[in-house]
Amino acid sequence: MAKHQTPLLDQLESGPWPSFVSDIKQHAEFRHANEGKVEYQIPVDVCDDLLGALELSYVDGETHWKHGGIVGVFGYGGGVIGRYSDSPEKFPGVAHFHTIRINQPAGKYYTTKYLRQLADLWDFRGSGLMNLHGATGDLVCLGTTTPQLEEIFYTLTHDFNTDLGGSGGNLRTPADCLGQSRCEFACYDTQDLCHTLTNDYQDELHRPAFPYKFKFKFDGCPNGCVASIARSDFSVIGTWKDEIKVDQDAVKGYVKGDFKPNAGAHDNPKWGKFDIVKEVIDLCPTKCMSYDGALKINNKECTRCMHCINTMPRALHIGDERGASLFVGAKAPILDGAQMGSLLVPFVPVESPYDEIKEVIEKLWDWWMEEGKNRERIGELIKRQGFPKMLEVTGIKADARHVLEPRSNPYIFWKEEDVPGGWQRDINVYRKKHAL
Amino acid sequence: MALDPTAAREQILEFCKSKTKTKFYFNDFTKLFPDAGQREVKKVLTTLVNEQVMEFWSSGSTTMYGLKGAGKQHSEE
Ligand code: SF4
Ligand code: SF4
Repeated sequence: MAKHQTPLLDQLESGPWPSFVSDIKQHAEFRHANEGKVEYQIPVDVCDDLLGALELSYVDGETHWKHGGIVGVFGYGGGVIGRYSDSPEKFPGVAHFHTIRINQPAGKYYTTKYLRQLADLWDFRGSGLMNLHGATGDLVCLGTTTPQLEEIFYTLTHDFNTDLGGSGGNLRTPADCLGQSRCEFACYDTQDLCHTLTNDYQDELHRPAFPYKFKFKFDGCPNGCVASIARSDFSVIGTWKDEIKVDQDAVKGYVKGDFKPNAGAHDNPKWGKFDIVKEVIDLCPTKCMSYDGALKINNKECTRCMHCINTMPRALHIGDERGASLFVGAKAPILDGAQMGSLLVPFVPVESPYDEIKEVIEKLWDWWMEEGKNRERIGELIKRQGFPKMLEVTGIKADARHVLEPRSNPYIFWKEEDVPGGWQRDINVYRKKHAL
Repeated sequence: MALDPTAAREQILEFCKSKTKTKFYFNDFTKLFPDAGQREVKKVLTTLVNEQVMEFWSSGSTTMYGLKGAGKQHSEE
């Protein structure tokens, strides 16, 4: 019989979806049965007490967790998030329930052997409960006690060749889409860039010196499978400079019904035959396409929204002159509401060793570390000091593509160095044209 | 201006001891050395952490530095 009665949680299991409550109950039973004869290093009833503590939070309508603390592994400022129950007498199994963030591999490619080892380690030294993956990208292990932390860290780094991820005021674990490994839309090697920057910025990842968190995310194309434009302070999105490549025979194939649009992904017999005008041409956001038996694209007006390519992948392909656009300042709605990244660099080649990208990153960091207030994201700093300030600190020239909307502020603040002759002028020259 | 690590270290420790609060943001320390680069200050702090004179305190979303053993050890935002 369950250790704690949990009528409110039980209700969550009644819906049509898989339930985390059922998962935790299942794992509680698994721990008690202990068929693998594991010498558990934390209480066997951690999962039971987790359910009990959660039920109490539902009853009271408030959390019973306290978070934060000195917990961590030696020399690292992040990667472990301390969590304690405020009712340890009632729920001793979760008196400590720390979270460990593990840096996921680029593209989230694991071997089954690795995952098995990790699951075994976590049954042995933790609750066995994991979250694949957290919002930042890490593989998250939920629930262990303070004495286990260094032991787990030792095994991860020495035997599993794995590192902890980021937390706190530092670089968070960079994350990418699987890119060129499986996707023909990828405009650059997301995995290589993600892996390289993770290694190059180890100090920023593990030794916090930023005003707040900072996230990198890498999308191989504007489809944005890791949603970098909405979820990272520094977002790299693949794009191309030249023209979308068109195979007119394949376009005709789609029109005739030889190929399924969207590779059959949005198939529904009710929608009838594929209609290229209705489903592609009219949906192009910049209205830069036309079809009169042949497909024409005015590439200058194309915003790389990907719609036409997604719909007819056999016929259309990304261009050959590939690189990425860089966006800065996306964040979740804690202060001032949610914010998408702002375009900073319209096009940058993405080539190892990625010096051009790193230069922009480091200039942004210098500015933010100098000027950012505690707990201020870089997106908020851009709002506070203005987008032109970001251009100034990064040495990037203003460009029409930086303009979001017509100005609402009628004043122009010139700097002396921007005005020919500065603030001084020769009054005699002036008087020649303008009499007293 | 280059930072003298030994002097900077002493100044950091004195600063921590002189305050009633026990946890400090990174930029509390950079303010002590207005002429030094952030990375130099960070190096001194990292050494102090590695020598276990100072330690990190983390809420999960932000991180602070403090003298080892000073103040509450956990669950205090
Ligand atoms: S973001 Fe683009 S390149 Fe990356 S996996 Fe998604 S569709 Fe492919
Ligand atoms: S990618 Fe989008 S904007 Fe460009 S041509 Fe296709 S539908 Fe139009």
